[in-house]
Amino acid sequence: MSASIARGGRRVGALTTPAERLGALARAEFTLLGRSRATLLTAVLVPLALPFTLRSVVDDMDVQKEGLSVGLVLLPAAIGFSLLFGVYSALTAIYTTRREELVLKRLRTGEPRDAEILCGTALPIGATAVVQSLVVAAGSAVLLDLPAPRAPQFAVLGLLMGLVMCAALAAVTATVTRTVESAQVTTLPFVLASMSVSGVTVPLEMLPDRLASVCELLPLSPVITLIRGGWSGTLSVYEAFGALGTALAWTVLAVFAVGRWFRWEPRR
Amino acid sequence: MNTDEHVIEVTDLRRVYGGGFEAVRGISFSVARGEIFALLGTNGAGKTSTVELLEGLARPTEGRIRVLGHDPHTDRAVVRPRTGVMLQEGGFPSELTVGETARMWAGCVSGARPPLEVLELVGLARRTGVRVKQLSGGERRRLDLALALLGDPEVLFLDEPTTGLDAEGRRDTWELVRALREGGTTVLLTTHYLEEAEGLADRLAILHEGRVAAEGTPDEVTAAQPSRISFELPEGWFVGDLPPLGDLGVSGHEVDGRVVRLRTHELQRAATGLLTWAERAGVELRRLDVRSASLEEAFLGIAAREGVAA
Repeated sequence: MSASIARGGRRVGALTTPAERLGALARAEFTLLGRSRATLLTAVLVPLALPFTLRSVVDDMDVQKEGLSVGLVLLPAAIGFSLLFGVYSALTAIYTTRREELVLKRLRTGEPRDAEILCGTALPIGATAVVQSLVVAAGSAVLLDLPAPRAPQFAVLGLLMGLVMCAALAAVTATVTRTVESAQVTTLPFVLASMSVSGVTVPLEMLPDRLASVCELLPLSPVITLIRGGWSGTLSVYEAFGALGTALAWTVLAVFAVGRWFRWEPRR
Repeated sequence: MNTDEHVIEVTDLRRVYGGGFEAVRGISFSVARGEIFALLGTNGAGKTSTVELLEGLARPTEGRIRVLGHDPHTDRAVVRPRTGVMLQEGGFPSELTVGETARMWAGCVSGARPPLEVLELVGLARRTGVRVKQLSGGERRRLDLALALLGDPEVLFLDEPTTGLDAEGRRDTWELVRALREGGTTVLLTTHYLEEAEGLADRLAILHEGRVAAEGTPDEVTAAQPSRISFELPEGWFVGDLPPLGDLGVSGHEVDGRVVRLRTHELQRAATGLLTWAERAGVELRRLDVRSASLEEAFLGIAAREGVAA
């Protein structure tokens, strides 16, 4: 006990900025990401490995008929897996863990705002997903001869919307998830639904029209539509805005749900 | 006392949980600048429920709270940079080291002191490389305290700061809290250790079933309690044989078989009267016990009251 104990409660220095707080939280979360094998497996390996398993299936599909190529099916699929496993599932588990460890409650006693706590926690995961998307895009160009995106702005918007939406949905899912183990169950409905009928594994173009028009309204569908359309350049302005509108609506809804219902501490 | 000096003001505070449980049932108190104020109570008395509201973690069901003149919940951005909080239970990622945790926290605290400096204050400077999950319960409490001190808070909330600490750790914490008061810090702490409240607090409130059952300096709270005399009357003697109890300054009595218990606020007068009578009557008072009021008795007396009417 050699250091001086108090400085009389005098304020020294300026107040912290949101950027500083976000940076401090993200840095700690990044360290934690590197130390959690389970999260690394779900967030990094699974999204990179899954597209390979899909390859043979896609080869059997009659994708050319719909004006698609193997690359135009596999690339959005890979990004979709990255959003579903790398962002949504991993973040649901992380939010649940931090809540059960009382980390979220402790952080709320300090200066960070609620939104900063959730965003700071999500940043490393989000950055991982962006890097993964760039890697699979580069890989598709080299291995599958996929040409450069014709309307990259739609692909970028789609990815960004997908990131925010999946992070917000992860927070919503964490609210109904009591333990990290049960996160494997609570994340299943959204993951399975998105994989099967949101165009991740089977492009919506290949579904019957009536079914496709319903599936277009699911949360991840517009994200995948924007990414695929951004690459193929076949998306009309009308279709693009429709997809953006749907994605925005889901994102706003999810963010609202987090603000309204998110649980910051364990149930007693 | 000038009201401007009140750093914490609580008026008619109520907290009802979602399930309908009323944990805090209308309490009021205030804490002056530079004071150590203790909320004392048994488990479930409403200490943590109250402190969480003061920390601004939740909105009260009813009533008003001012911390440094602001509502700690709605004026979060103004109040938080000036307060330090130690929750009843940790809240640090188990896979981070002590040093990483302190660095993370320092990034979220305005005018933070160097992390190593506060870790040194609580005796954790040599444990910076150790993961939080490998710390003992006491070490975790000390880490929590260190982080609460990072921003040199004007107001410090400590929820059971010494629970889980050994005797030495407890003394170190008390020393630290006293030194903080010397520096002008206002401290509100909860505890269920009587000696902690008695030795540390300038003023205290005893909570019982969500209400303030007693409040004041430790001396005032103790003085409000009656002193006690108990003894056993020999065969053939009865309470009626004693001099009129009112004349002895006795305010109440109980008889349990041959055992008589007297309560008085004038211990010397009552004891003298009783012993003089016994001497003259030639009566031997067996198992004679004369006891001044203590905080412990005050506390136990209050804790024993069950289901006080609303």
